[in-house]
Amino acid sequence: MKKTFFTERMKMADVIAANHNLILVMPRLGIPLGFGERSVQEVCDQYAMPVDFVLLVFNVYTFDDFNPNDEALRPASLEHLVPYLMASHKYYVNERLPHIERHLTRVAQHAGERYGQILKNFFADYEKEVLEHFASEENDVFPYLHSLLKGQHLDNQVSEHFADRHTDLVDKLSDLTQIVYKYLPGETMTEELNELVFGVMQLSSDLQKHAKLEEKVLMPYIEQLERSLQ
Amino acid sequence: MKPKINLLIAEPSDIIRSGLMSLLGDDEFEFMAPLRDLPTDLPLRLPHLQPDILLLNPTLLQSPAKMQLAALMQARPQMAVVALVYQYVEPQLLQSFKTILDIREQGSHLPQLLRDCCQNADEASDENYDLSERESEVLVLVAQGLSSKEIADKLSISIHTVNTHRKNITHKTGIKSVAGLAVYAMLHNLV
Repeated sequence: MKKTFFTERMKMADVIAANHNLILVMPRLGIPLGFGERSVQEVCDQYAMPVDFVLLVFNVYTFDDFNPNDEALRPASLEHLVPYLMASHKYYVNERLPHIERHLTRVAQHAGERYGQILKNFFADYEKEVLEHFASEENDVFPYLHSLLKGQHLDNQVSEHFADRHTDLVDKLSDLTQIVYKYLPGETMTEELNELVFGVMQLSSDLQKHAKLEEKVLMPYIEQLERSLQ
Repeated sequence: MKPKINLLIAEPSDIIRSGLMSLLGDDEFEFMAPLRDLPTDLPLRLPHLQPDILLLNPTLLQSPAKMQLAALMQARPQMAVVALVYQYVEPQLLQSFKTILDIREQGSHLPQLLRDCCQNADEASDENYDLSERESEVLVLVAQGLSSKEIADKLSISIHTVNTHRKNITHKTGIKSVAGLAVYAMLHNLV
């Protein structure tokens, strides 16, 4: 039952063909498109990215049953982890959420005042929650990792409730799609509704992978560093 | 005598398959020829095989796993699909299963666990997606931000019953979060 995951010898183009969603991940890794026939290793070398880390991200994003081994959780492979997570936060906040909001506003305008307002309030609350969650990661979790790497063990329980909050954020997006295509009066605005639903679904699946990277890589890495300092 | 439950096991390990079959026994269960993997034409064969329960190791599902699972459920809606779990499986994926059978479960509990999910499947077959009066009542209280405990006290029912209602509400509406349920209640003029 051994499964093959992506490796450094594969052609980058084949990796993308296998999972086209990775196109969205590449800019956050600082790797532009246009890699011709080069292998994953060659492309990573070209942009000075550690190939271990790039493969880790690709594999977590693609294979549900991929679990990084302890080997992968070393400081040398993970120096780009926090910058990558921050770049993802930025992408969600500056591009995806505004995109959804634009379509949602237009849908809300046509849905009648009552429906429109309910929809806008739900999204506004959601957006606030996402921003708070990202901020708590950036202000608490990432600095905590940084201090662990410097050999300082601070005693704040950052890992608690981490996974719960992720599930909640993903559930709410799924609820938004349900509300939009099942319960809003649907006779008008088909195009806009579709754009909105696809936008939300895309963000939802990206956030799920993002959460997985934090749960399967970031948290075990922090726990490992904590153990080594005890 | 009650009719036997037709059980189809999809599990790659010989050891686990034989272990399950010997623990369950053939008094109550009729074992169909077990599967080591998931043949791509399984959804087509299910209506002929007519299993009551598909006991499935979720790692056999190929990506996108959720879609493959949905196809199996659609092929035979009255069948309960149970996850047989002993490795890490995505929580998101596990939610889609009727029940989870953890490999560490006590052997003597297994027959009851499978019997229960058969009963649930019977109820689900004549499924009604409209909320019952009681469910609407619970929904409104959830939407107002009450906890299950508070709802139980208010309606003088057990917390277990409240949770069953909440589970059914989520199953019927497809909405999981409290905020989402509040929106549902507003859109349906319940609050």
